Amino acid sequence: MAIFSVYVVNKAGGLIYQLDSYAPRAEAEKTFSYPLDLLLKLHDERVLVAFGQRDGIRVGHAVLAINGVDVNGKYTADGKEVLEYLGNPANYPVSIRFGRPRLTSNEKLMLASMFHSLFAIGSQLSPEQGSSGIEMLETDTFKLHCFQTLTGIKFVVLADPRQAGIDSLLRKIYEIYSDFALKNPFYSLEMPIRVSTGSPLYLKWRKSLRPHPLSSFVPPGPGLGVSCLTRI
Amino acid sequence: MGYGIGTRLVEDFLARSCVGRCHSYSEITDIIAQVAFKMYLGITPSVTCNNSSRNEFSLILDKNPLVEFVEELPAGRSSLCYCNLLCGIIRGALEMVHLAADVTFLQDRLKGDSVTEIGITFLKKPEEKKYRRKK
Repeated sequence: MAIFSVYVVNKAGGLIYQLDSYAPRAEAEKTFSYPLDLLLKLHDERVLVAFGQRDGIRVGHAVLAINGVDVNGKYTADGKEVLEYLGNPANYPVSIRFGRPRLTSNEKLMLASMFHSLFAIGSQLSPEQGSSGIEMLETDTFKLHCFQTLTGIKFVVLADPRQAGIDSLLRKIYEIYSDFALKNPFYSLEMPIRVSTGSPLYLKWRKSLRPHPLSSFVPPGPGLGVSCLTRI
Repeated sequence: MGYGIGTRLVEDFLARSCVGRCHSYSEITDIIAQVAFKMYLGITPSVTCNNSSRNEFSLILDKNPLVEFVEELPAGRSSLCYCNLLCGIIRGALEMVHLAADVTFLQDRLKGDSVTEIGITFLKKPEEKKYRRKK
């Protein structure tokens, strides 16, 4: 998937819309017998691999599911603690799925605000006056493109480094935002945008995220995570 | 009412027209007159500058689509500013790009004047914010 995520940040730095459309690429499911040769530790409400990298399971990966059932943070679906469950030889052999942990909604909110602050710092650091702020951030696995409108709203798109045409995508998203959010009489400015997955404008948005018609199917995910946090 | 419309309209306008940042009040007024009015109402008012300190401008509309079907103001409402909506829109839009302005009707054809004239007075310089990102 060429476009990984879209974030819309308001003037004050709060995240008002977020959409993820990537499938975690690094996931591994293996069956283990007692004793587990991976070292697991609890970190930030998740069970992470601390040591013992092998076979696609890397340090930093989180336990996503046990025996096919998704875990809930550090607890299994039944409510037992994961580490306790895996420490008990009676539960083996057990099949565990590891993968890169997904960001929670609160983490996304925090990261968006941090980006807003970094953007401001970037503008100030500029040797020339009237800087446009951070427009692109490049890493080896993704490129972050940011477009700030003259009114202070930022549209941030995380995409594949080789993906072209993101600038026009950002303009298009701005147009769709002005069409949908602003022309909706029940939408208050600067508030999280609530989108119903069936609405025609949402579908138009998703279509504009797929520059290649043959790209893999993107499920209409719950990218309304932010709107679920605050009820308008 | 116009203010509410203006705060949202400005984003739509910026999204569809590709105007960059303006660097002076006269440039702003020109863009409002030539691009924005054209886009939304289909008319192009002419711009005059009233004040020598370049803070006050007027837009002169020779044709106002909002009053196309209005012959005269209803009796008992002779002081009604029929198109005050337009003033609110301009004021709201400018405020969203951090420019305080006072927008009023100077002349109104419905009240017997010869032309319709909207006056825009920019109140103060755009604040020198920590990061100047817009004008």
